[in-house]
Amino acid sequence: MTVRTAFRVVRTQPTDDLRVDPALVERWLVRFLRDELVVARGIRKAVVGVSGGVDSAVVAFLCARAFGPENVLGVRMPYRTSSAQSTGHGKLVVERTGIHDRCIDITAAVDGYLIQEPDAEEQRRGNVMARERMIVLFDQSAKIGGLPIGTGNKSERMLGYFTWHGDDSPPINPIGDLFKTQVWALARHLGVPRAIVEKPATADLIRGQTDEDDLGITYERADRILSRLLAGRTPADIVARGFSQREVELVKRRVDATHWKRHLATTAMTSDTAINEFYLRPVDY
Amino acid sequence: MTEVCHAGRTHVNRNARTRDRKRGPKPRSIQAMKRTSKVVKPIGLLPRPSANGARKRVPRGGAALALVQFAPSKGDVDANLASIGAALATLKRDRGAFPDVVVFPEACLSGYFVEGGVREVAIAAPELLRRLRATAAKALGASHRPFDIVVGFYEDGGGKLYNSALYATLGKSAVIRHVHRKLFLPTYGVFDEERFVSRGRSIEAFDTPHGRAAILICEDACHSLATTIVALRGAQILYIPSASPGRGLADAEPANVRMWRDIARVVAAEHGIFVAYAGLLGFEGGKGFTGSSRLVGPFGDLRAEAPFDAPAILRVDIYDDDLAAARAALPLLGDLESNLAELVAMIDEEAAQRPRAKRAGR
Repeated sequence: MTVRTAFRVVRTQPTDDLRVDPALVERWLVRFLRDELVVARGIRKAVVGVSGGVDSAVVAFLCARAFGPENVLGVRMPYRTSSAQSTGHGKLVVERTGIHDRCIDITAAVDGYLIQEPDAEEQRRGNVMARERMIVLFDQSAKIGGLPIGTGNKSERMLGYFTWHGDDSPPINPIGDLFKTQVWALARHLGVPRAIVEKPATADLIRGQTDEDDLGITYERADRILSRLLAGRTPADIVARGFSQREVELVKRRVDATHWKRHLATTAMTSDTAINEFYLRPVDY
Repeated sequence: MTEVCHAGRTHVNRNARTRDRKRGPKPRSIQAMKRTSKVVKPIGLLPRPSANGARKRVPRGGAALALVQFAPSKGDVDANLASIGAALATLKRDRGAFPDVVVFPEACLSGYFVEGGVREVAIAAPELLRRLRATAAKALGASHRPFDIVVGFYEDGGGKLYNSALYATLGKSAVIRHVHRKLFLPTYGVFDEERFVSRGRSIEAFDTPHGRAAILICEDACHSLATTIVALRGAQILYIPSASPGRGLADAEPANVRMWRDIARVVAAEHGIFVAYAGLLGFEGGKGFTGSSRLVGPFGDLRAEAPFDAPAILRVDIYDDDLAAARAALPLLGDLESNLAELVAMIDEEAAQRPRAKRAGR
């Protein structure tokens, strides 16, 4: 018997968990910013701490598009140990977006406290800087009748790689549900200068510091592990997909150890009207 | 013909208009249909329809629909009634006759995520009718011609709270034709409905001046059993007020927009009915709702769709001869009825095997 059917094998590529359409993300986040700031709160001015890194650059670009550059204040807040590259890149962001520029050196404020704590190790000093920057951003916002806009991404939020009540403080954050690799994709789409997108990510709180050195894993790997963990995959499933036991454990340990950082203060409940336990109202109610 | 009104401006689908001209006049004008329509009593007093909804046919003709999507002011019922009034006023100013049915999204009187605030924004259906009547009179003039309205709201149902949608006729003699209480209350992920409202217990079809209709709210319509009941009870058009938070930004539109389009098309094609979906809009605490109000014809054909991120009034006319044509070409509803007894027996068998508490629901 002659078989007349010639079969064609169709191969498919596995779907990429982290794929985003940057044009859609831009459209979505610009609308988010307008709705949350202008419509819901009646505020028309935004304040962004511009560090020279890709996260704050993306937020500055988004805010410029959402509110118009004339309604956005970019605040650069160097400390005496900040790298010259960060300062230069911050200036580049302000120039490219056309937003208002303000440079406020936080050295005197930070050292004014730390001079009384000469033995503070680098991590404590970094936290003081992050919290001082928030003081500046909130005060600058009060000055112009604006609101500070957050610049923390989902990777660092999930890994707990931020200062609690420091860089996580702004009430509105357009990129907090985007992994770092997705922020990079969005940055390229928005036209953030390549020098900023392609340099190693750094909090620049300690000289020579990079995020990936601190974390012990690249964002490229960490983000894929995180996205699978958040989608309910077990560590064994993730290892079976080509990640090492060490990588998966490292990421999971950081996530498990930092749930508290993603919440407000734990409050002792003493009544049946405890706020956010019994008394439940959404943030925009 | 499809028209989308954005913030006071009207964009006309010119191809659709050209098509209409080529086809010649409509078989029968909507105005003529209205003259022959009977005002029927509210649901509850109506006898049940016969199989396949054949007992009571919609008058030959059609209806002009307007699907409205807007971002409500959170927790501010007065402001949102004013937005409804503004939509009606926009329609009054718009070219063409005022629509027969104006459809608004789920929870549009308060916003969707109100948590414990639901008690403060809930309103009883008769009170809502009174306020909608006043709103319409203010927007259109006291002697405006009657029209129907579908509005999603949190309902104060005599001590129990529901996520409901009201279907009413407004005009000289305003009347509630039906109140649907959402049965499937999503309580997972970003949703927490069953914590704050009770679930409805029934799915009904009801007669209107513009045909036999049914309402399912958002997740209700995701369950094929629910849409099947709607079709079996004779609905010719299914209204779906919805509030769908956008997520999944990997492609050119949010993934939930695509999912809802697929659901609406499958429901319409499977049962040979019109599906009118009205989607809430706006960001609420970071969650952005994705409008995309749409009308799907009984062939499963997408007739018109509003954008997912802008306020709009989607105007679209429907003709009921499409129903007969679709059901003749694809008699799936008739086939379902042929197999209904066996299918119901199978469902009963499955239900009997499940623990009683679970079957009864929470």
